[in-house]
Amino acid sequence: MEPDALKIMTRIVKGVFYGLTALLIVVVLYILWTLNYDVIFRYFGRILGGTWLTIQLVTLSVFIGFFIALPVAIMRVSHIPWLRHPAYGFIFFFRGTPLLVQLFFIYYGLAQVDLVRHTFLWPVFRDAYWCALIAFALNTGGYSAEILRGAIQAVPKGEIEAARAIGMSLVTAYRRIILPRAFRLAIPAYGNEIIFMLKGTALASTITLYELTGIARLVNARTYQPVEAYLSAGVLYMVLTYIFLQAWQLFERRANRYLAAQG
Amino acid sequence: MQTVLPYANLLLTGTLITLLVTIAALPIGIALGLLGAGAKLSGDPVAMAYGNVYTSVVRGIPEFLVILVFATGSQFAVNAVAESLGYTGHINVSPFVAGVVALGFMFGAYATEVFRGAIMAIPKGQIEAARAFGMGHWLTFRRVTLPQVWRLALPGLGNLYLVLMKDSALVSLIGLNDIMRVSGIAAQATKNTVLFYFVAALIYLALTVVSMRVQAPLEAWANKGLPRAVR
Repeated sequence: MEPDALKIMTRIVKGVFYGLTALLIVVVLYILWTLNYDVIFRYFGRILGGTWLTIQLVTLSVFIGFFIALPVAIMRVSHIPWLRHPAYGFIFFFRGTPLLVQLFFIYYGLAQVDLVRHTFLWPVFRDAYWCALIAFALNTGGYSAEILRGAIQAVPKGEIEAARAIGMSLVTAYRRIILPRAFRLAIPAYGNEIIFMLKGTALASTITLYELTGIARLVNARTYQPVEAYLSAGVLYMVLTYIFLQAWQLFERRANRYLAAQG
Repeated sequence: MQTVLPYANLLLTGTLITLLVTIAALPIGIALGLLGAGAKLSGDPVAMAYGNVYTSVVRGIPEFLVILVFATGSQFAVNAVAESLGYTGHINVSPFVAGVVALGFMFGAYATEVFRGAIMAIPKGQIEAARAFGMGHWLTFRRVTLPQVWRLALPGLGNLYLVLMKDSALVSLIGLNDIMRVSGIAAQATKNTVLFYFVAALIYLALTVVSMRVQAPLEAWANKGLPRAVR
């Protein structure tokens, strides 16, 4: 093709592209203009309540999940087979199956086991809130264990050898050298995992919990205004993700302060 | 075993539906991923804005909400368009199409980042050499960049494929008879929920293992032009 013809073609394509973009912006503005804000105001309290439940679920499950992940990750890197294999199985199971299966297994499945029904476990497994929390914590525990395993193995060998050489036991070396270093290495991947968990909590609405997605479904079912319902939930999720990412970056910078001097 | 066997057929069709949904979503996701990566690397401010909005929206919104939006939204949009064209009846959008498009849409956003990384990892010198030979932008992309993108992107795409397969369980919630749904049906019929959700978990694990086995020869194929040391 002639260079001139090519240039004209490019210009035409660009013009059409910009024109369509302008049209899209107009359509989006029109939709925002014609939204039924009454619906959003009427359900504002419930939407905020749903947001709070989402925050609660993600915070608690990540917190509990961390304390599941830590021993599992340490077992996973151990040289002792009967420590390593169960940890591997745990990680493999929770990373290899959908969160929805895990959630339904715990909520619909375990509630039917007699052993669960007739013991002190019943009040826990009867409650959708606790079931969701257990499923989420185990799930994020599996993923986080894999992240921590990678981080532990990424700690420079020389630092571990040095710790052992000055007489630290393996436990002390873990406590003072390996884990503090590994936690810092794991921060970026851990942040991604927390965002995945935040998105995962939407599944709690499938077992009758009214978190943010559950509220959006409720509003849609009651008012048949899907755009208003899902848009407000979507925007709130975006806001939560954004705030979390900012806070997490601040946290990462703070945790790695000691590296700043080295440039 | 005695309880599961009568439902083997049902579980098999569920597995096929899961695979079908996953494999159908894959080309949509890869196309969107290449498009997104192209937009993000284009240098054109409007195209870059599209790419950024696309990836950050999908990253920030739950998979389940995206599926719901596509399932309800497609219904809403198709009927609104039909109505404005003068059609008064009601049109049903199949949950299969809505689910596949939603999964492809989400896959595409993560694939955008994988492809972007892969394209940026191709040495600049190779592009310059191709240009010096007189290849145009498009020919350079097709002959030099694209063949190497597969090689560099495959590990990342493999991970995304596993995520996609697990996310496909969500289509059971909009009415598709995938593994998740058929195990639920079997569980209700037999009152043995633990067993059937466990079987569902095992099927997903088996699919994961098989997919990982397929990935290795694919990567070997994509790497065939390279000397062994570089692999």
